[in-house]
Amino acid sequence: MRETKKAKLILEDGTEFEGKSFGYESSISGEIVFNTAMTGYPESLTDPSYEGQILVTTYPILGNYGVPPRREKDSVSEYYESDHIHAKAIIAQDYSYDHSHWQADRSLAQWLKEEKIPGIYGIDTRALTKHLREKGSMLAKVIVEGCGDVEFYDPNRENLVAKVSCKEPEVFGEGEKTVILVDCGVKHNIIRCLTRRGVKVVMVPWDYDFNTLDYDGLFISNGPGNPEMADKTVENIRKAFQTGKPICGICMGNQLLSKAAGAKTYKMKYGHRSHNQPVRQLGTDRCFVTSQNHGFAVDSATLPDDWEPLFVNMNDGTNEGIRHKTKPYFSAQFHPEASSGPKDTEFIFDDFITLL
Amino acid sequence: MNDNRNHGIKKVILLGSGALKIGEAGEFDYSGSQALKAMKEEGIETVLINPNIATVQTSEGFADKIYFLPVTPYFVEKVIEKERPDGILLAFGGQTALNCGVTLYKSGVLEKFGVQVLGTPVQAIIDTEDRELFVKKLDEIEIKTIKSEAVESIDEAVKAAEKLGYPVIVRAAYALGGLGSGFCDNREELVALTEKAFSFSPQVLVEKSLKGWKEVEYEVVRDRFDNCITVCNMENFDPLGIHTGESIVVAPSQTLSNEDYHYLRKLAIKIIRHIGIIGECNVQYAFDPQSMDYRVIEVNARLSRSSALASKATGYPLAFVAAKLGLGYGLFDLKNSVTKETTAFFEPALDYIVCKIPRWDLGKFHGVAREIGSSMKSVGEVMAIGRTFEEAVQKGLRMIGQGMHGFTCNKDMSVPDIEKSLREPTDKRIFVIEEAMRHGYTVEQIHKLTKIDRWFLFRLKNIVDTANDLRGYDEPTQLPMDLLRRAKEQGFSDFQIGRCVFKERMNDDSEAMSAIRRLRKRAGIVPVVKQIDTLAAEYPAQTNYLYLTYNGSENDVEYKHDGRSVVVLGSGAYRIGSSVEFDWCSVNALMTVKRAGWRSVMINYNPETVSTDYDMCDRLYFDELTFERVMDILELEQPHGTILSVGGQIPNNLAMRLDAEGVNILGTSAASIDNAEDRNKFSAMLDRLGIDQPRWRELTNFEDIDKFVEEVGYPVLVRPSYVLSGAAMNVCSNSEELQRFLRLAANVSQKHPVVVSEFIQNAKEVEMDAVADKGEIVVYAISEHIEYAGVHSGDATVQFPGQKLYVETLRRIKKISSQIAKALNISGPFNIQFLAKNNDIKVIECNLRASRSFPFVSKVLKINFIDLATKVMMGMPVEKPSKSAFDLDYVGIKASQFSFSRLQGADPVLGVDMSSTGEVGCIGVDTSEAILKSLLSVGMRIPKKGVLLSTGGPKQKADMLDAAHTLHNWGLKIYATGGTHAFLTENGIPAVKVYWPSQADMQPQALQLLHDKEVDLVVNIPKNLTPTELGNGHKIRRAAIDLNIPLLTNARLASAFITAFSTMPLDEIEIKSWDEY
Repeated sequence: MRETKKAKLILEDGTEFEGKSFGYESSISGEIVFNTAMTGYPESLTDPSYEGQILVTTYPILGNYGVPPRREKDSVSEYYESDHIHAKAIIAQDYSYDHSHWQADRSLAQWLKEEKIPGIYGIDTRALTKHLREKGSMLAKVIVEGCGDVEFYDPNRENLVAKVSCKEPEVFGEGEKTVILVDCGVKHNIIRCLTRRGVKVVMVPWDYDFNTLDYDGLFISNGPGNPEMADKTVENIRKAFQTGKPICGICMGNQLLSKAAGAKTYKMKYGHRSHNQPVRQLGTDRCFVTSQNHGFAVDSATLPDDWEPLFVNMNDGTNEGIRHKTKPYFSAQFHPEASSGPKDTEFIFDDFITLL
Repeated sequence: MNDNRNHGIKKVILLGSGALKIGEAGEFDYSGSQALKAMKEEGIETVLINPNIATVQTSEGFADKIYFLPVTPYFVEKVIEKERPDGILLAFGGQTALNCGVTLYKSGVLEKFGVQVLGTPVQAIIDTEDRELFVKKLDEIEIKTIKSEAVESIDEAVKAAEKLGYPVIVRAAYALGGLGSGFCDNREELVALTEKAFSFSPQVLVEKSLKGWKEVEYEVVRDRFDNCITVCNMENFDPLGIHTGESIVVAPSQTLSNEDYHYLRKLAIKIIRHIGIIGECNVQYAFDPQSMDYRVIEVNARLSRSSALASKATGYPLAFVAAKLGLGYGLFDLKNSVTKETTAFFEPALDYIVCKIPRWDLGKFHGVAREIGSSMKSVGEVMAIGRTFEEAVQKGLRMIGQGMHGFTCNKDMSVPDIEKSLREPTDKRIFVIEEAMRHGYTVEQIHKLTKIDRWFLFRLKNIVDTANDLRGYDEPTQLPMDLLRRAKEQGFSDFQIGRCVFKERMNDDSEAMSAIRRLRKRAGIVPVVKQIDTLAAEYPAQTNYLYLTYNGSENDVEYKHDGRSVVVLGSGAYRIGSSVEFDWCSVNALMTVKRAGWRSVMINYNPETVSTDYDMCDRLYFDELTFERVMDILELEQPHGTILSVGGQIPNNLAMRLDAEGVNILGTSAASIDNAEDRNKFSAMLDRLGIDQPRWRELTNFEDIDKFVEEVGYPVLVRPSYVLSGAAMNVCSNSEELQRFLRLAANVSQKHPVVVSEFIQNAKEVEMDAVADKGEIVVYAISEHIEYAGVHSGDATVQFPGQKLYVETLRRIKKISSQIAKALNISGPFNIQFLAKNNDIKVIECNLRASRSFPFVSKVLKINFIDLATKVMMGMPVEKPSKSAFDLDYVGIKASQFSFSRLQGADPVLGVDMSSTGEVGCIGVDTSEAILKSLLSVGMRIPKKGVLLSTGGPKQKADMLDAAHTLHNWGLKIYATGGTHAFLTENGIPAVKVYWPSQADMQPQALQLLHDKEVDLVVNIPKNLTPTELGNGHKIRRAAIDLNIPLLTNARLASAFITAFSTMPLDEIEIKSWDEY
C-alpha cells in the first residue's frame, strides 16, 4: 500500500475536508476557487491569474498526462503560461500516480514538489464545489500532517498584479508594427498569439508609462486579483485614449479598459473558471465557447454612453467584453488565447492586428 | 427570445431504424423518441415509419401516426404519397433511415412531393458517406484523412494494396458500422475479404492501416447560424484497429493533454462547418500516440451510437437539440434541459468518468470467430459512471452480465497463450490483461502487445494490486479500514472482497457478501449519490439523473423517506434474448406509476435505452442491477415498493434475495417466482394440477441419464435451470453429443442442476402472455409460432391472434393458464409456453414476468398489458377489458432479425438457442400480408431470378412441396441439390441439379451459383437439429449470408413466405397506419 501523509483542507467558515497529500509537504493558505475544465492543469497552475489561489479541479482525476518539459522557445516558455506555478495548491478527487504522454518529462507530483506546491487528493471535490458555489469564494488553508498550522491569508488584500508583473520591459518577436503589451500577469500564450502574427511585442510592467514609447497598438493582459489595485495602469490607459491608437484587453485587461472608460467593477460570488463559458456577441447570432478565469467583473450598466458591451455571458448575463462606439478600443473578459481551453475566439487577435 | 423556427413545417415524417441488429440497435429508439418529443413540443404533427413494434417510439403518445412498415424507399414513398408531409427527418434512424432518405432524394421523390429535408442537407450527407467525395471535401480545407483507394474490382484492390503496402484495411462503401470490412496482412486475405465486401457495395475502399494509434471521437453540434459546440469527446481504450462499437470507451478522454484535446476539437468544428451539418455529427480520429499527427477516420452526419452514449454520458440531449436545430432554431434559442436556466449553447463539464463496455454474445453461435476487429460483433453495451477509472471499469464489467464480478476476482480463465491473446484481441481481452498482470507481465510488456495506452493499464494494475493486498488477510475483521475503503473506491464489490479474503472457503456467495457488507456498513463505508448536472456543480441544477460512487463524502440528494416512491428495475445490457422489448415494458411501468401519483424511480445502466432518459421518470439511478447496488439504493430511497417483473430475467433473478432482506416486492411474491423458476417445484405443481409436460429429469449422474433417455428416446433437450434465452441449452440427437454437451453444461452452475427433457418433434408452439390479479387472469393473448417447436421462441415467427389453432386447443390453453395463475397466486405479468400436437397440450415453461412478446401483443390488441400489470402490482383496481383477440379483423406477425452477416463463420441456422438480435412486428389483413410486410422489414427480398433449394429430411421435403410448385408457377428458376432434385423431379417440378461443395469435381456447383448471383433466394433446411457439423449445408448457408442473398432455413417459414409473395403482389399491400386497423 502506498504511504501518503494525511492533509486537511480547512475553509474560512470552518468546514473541513480530509484527503491525502501527493505534492510538496507543507501547509499553506490562500483563496479557494474551483475550475470545471477537464484538461489543462499545467497551463492553469502556471497562469499568473491564479496567484494566491488554491485551485480545485472539479474533474475528478488529475495528473493523467504528467507535465511537459520546462523549455523556452523565442524567450517564452513553450508549454507553460509563465515560468513557475502561481497557484498556492491544487486539490482533486483522485490523483494519477502513473502518467502517460509522449511529451511528459515528469509527473505532476514531482513538479509540485520541485516548486514547493502542495497537492491533495481524496477530497469530495463536488461537495466542496457546491459549498463554494453556495457560500462564494473564500479563504482556505491546506494543513499537511506534520507540517504545522498557518494563518488564513487573503491574497486580495495584496497588489497581486504588482507581484506577478515583470519588472523591466522586454521585447519579443519582430515586425513592422509594434504592440505594447502591459503585463498585469500575462499568460505566455498571449505573447505567442501576438508574435505569431508578425508584430514586435514590447512587454512593459503594469505601472510603466508606455505613453512615452512609440507604438502602433496597445494590449492589456490578464492578471490576478482585484482590478482596483491597478489604478496606475488605468491612468496610463486613459492617457492613451488621447492618441486614438488601437487598444485591446483580455480579462483583467477588459476590467482595466472599462475602468479607464469610467465603468465600475465588482467581485463575483464565485467567478467563472472553466472551458465552457458561453458568450454571445451582442446584436448578432454569433456565439462562442470560451475559456475563462476571473473573479471580478465589469458592471455593464456603468459604461458611459460612447461605450457599449461587446459580448455577454449567456448563462448569467454578466459582461464579457466592451468596445468603444467609434474608436478602435475593445476587450474581452474571456481568454481568446485559450491555453488552456477552446480556441474559438482567437480571431480577437486578428481583429486587433488588422486595426494596426 | 428569438423565434427562428420555420413555421412552414406543420407535419413531418420520421424514419426509424427497423429491427435491432448488430451495428444498429436501441440507440435509435432513444434518438427517435427524443426527436418526436421535440416536434411535439412545437405542435408539429408527426408520422413515424418503423416496423420495430417493441420500441418505445412506436407507442401511443410519441408520434401522431405510426406505420409498422419496412423502412425502404418503396414503402416510404407510399407513406409520403398518402400523408403529404412538409418535412422529413433522416438523422434519427441510423444508417437505414439515412440510406433510404438519400435514395428518395436521388430518385426525386422528395422533390416530387415537396418534402423538405430538415437539418443537415442531403448533399452534406452524401459528402460524408461517399468515401471519395469525403476525402476530396476534407482535402479542400487541408484536413488529413486516411487515404484510401476506391476500387471496383478485386484486381484493382490488389494493386491498390501493393501500392499502399500491407497491412491494409478494406471497407465497403455505404455499409452499416463496418459491415464487410477488415484488416488484411497479405494478398490472400485481401482477395477473400474484398469478394465479400463487393456483395454489399459496388465500391470497396482499400487503405493503409494505422493500427495502434489512439482512437478519439468528438460529438459536434452546429446550428444554421454557424454556431458550433462539441458536446463531448470520447477516447477508446482499445487502439485503432478495433471498431469503436467493439471498444471499451471512456468519456471524457483521459490521455489527451489540453493541447491535444483542443487541437482535435478545433479541427472537428472546422470540418462540421465545411461540410455544412445542421444538427449533430460525430468526427472520429486516429491520433498518433507519439506526436500530434492525426487522421480523420470518418464523419457520421447523423445521430449515432456514439451520440446516444454522449447524451447519456453528459446529460446533453443531442437528439432533441438536433431536431430543434433542424427546424431552424439557433443553439442560443434553446435552454440546457438539465439546469433549465442556462443556455443549450455550451459544452458540458463532467465531474465523473464514464466507461462504455460492449456486450458480446459470441458464445451463442456455432463456428463464429471470437476475434474482435474492424467490424462490429457486439450486440449491446453498458455505461458505468464513477469518479475513478477503476470504479467505472469494474462497475461496467459487472454490468455486462456475463458472470464477471469486475476486472479481477473472477473464476479462472485458462488462457493457453497469454501473449497471443493479448496481441489478437477477442471478446475476453480485458480479462486476459488481468490474467497477464497476475502472471507478472508488466504494464510495459502488455502495452507492447496490445498498444493500449499505458495510463489505462496502470489504472488496471492498481485494481490487481489492491486485490493482492486484500488477499493478505484471511478474516474480514482483520481488514484495515483504509484498505477496505480503497477497494470500494476502486469499484470492488462486496463479493470480490469476500472472494479475496475467504479464498477457497467461499462456499456460500451470499453469506460472504453479507459479512463484508455488514463490516463496511459498521465502519461507515457506504456509497454516496451524485447528480449528473452538465456543469460540474457550477450552477444549481434540479436534476434527477443520479449515480452512486464511493469517491465522495456527501449525497447530492435529500431523501424524504415518505414512502411515496416506486422503484422499477430495468433490463440492463441489450443482449440476445433481452432487448428493447423490456425497455418498452420498463418505460410503460414508469409511466403508469407516475400517472398514479407516485414518484417513479428507475435503475438501469444501458445507454441505448429510453428508460435511461432522465425525463422518463422522477429519479434515474444510472447504476448496477446487482443485489449489492440495488440494496444500496433501496436503503437510501426507502420506497413504497419495487417492481421486478418488467425488466426481463436480470431483476427477476434478484427476487429471492431481495425478499430475504425484507424488500417489498410489488406483485407476485418471490416464493411464487421461485416456484415457477425452480423446475422441480414447478413440475411437482404441474403434476398436482394434472397438467401435462414433456418428460424430464434432473441430471446427477450419467447412468440415470442413460436410463432416462432409453425411456424417452432421442432427441433430448438439455439445459440448466434458471435459463435466459436458452443459455447453454442444446438438443442432443445421440449419446455422443449428449456426453460432450453435459461436460460443458455441468460447469454452468453448481447451484442449479442440469435437466434433460424429451424433445417433441413437429409440434406447434403456442404462447400465452397474460396479466393476472391475485391469481385471476385479467387479460391474455394467445399467439402461435409459424415454425414447429425446436426454434427458440425468440427466433420464431409469431402470429397473433393464432390463425390455425383448434378452438379446443385455445380452450385448454386458457384453462391450464388459469389453473397455473391461481396456483401461483400471480399478480402481474406472466408468460407460459406450450407445445400443442393435435389437441395434446404440454407446458414447457412459465415466467412470472413480462415476456419479450408483451409490446407486440399489447400493440396488436391495442390493450397495454404493462399498464394493467403495473396497476395490479400497485394494488389499483382494474377492469377486465371487454375486447378479445377474437374481435380482431387483422393479424400481427412478429418476425426476427438476424445479424449473421456480422458474425464471420457463424452457422446461420436456427435452433433451441436464440440467435436473433432484434425483431419487427407488422399488421396485415391476413397472414400473407403480415408475413410479407414483416419479412421485408427484416431484409428478406422477393426473388426475381432463381431459388436454390435444399430441403432437408423427408418430412421437410414434403412440407416444401407446395411451395416448390408455387415457385415454379411463379416463373422462378429452381436449382436443387441431389436429394431435393430427385424429390422435385419425382413430383413433376422441373429443377436444375447442382452439386454440394464436397462434390468438387461436379458441375454446376451450388456455391458458384451464389457467387454468380444466379439465385436471389436460398432455402436450405438442415436435416437434423445438430448445428455442429461444418459440412455442405453450413458452407452454402454461410455463402448466402456473406454474399447478402436472402436465406431461409425453416420449411414452414419458407413456405409461408413463398405463399405470401406469390399471392399478394407488392402493390396490393395496404399502406395503413396503426390507428387505421
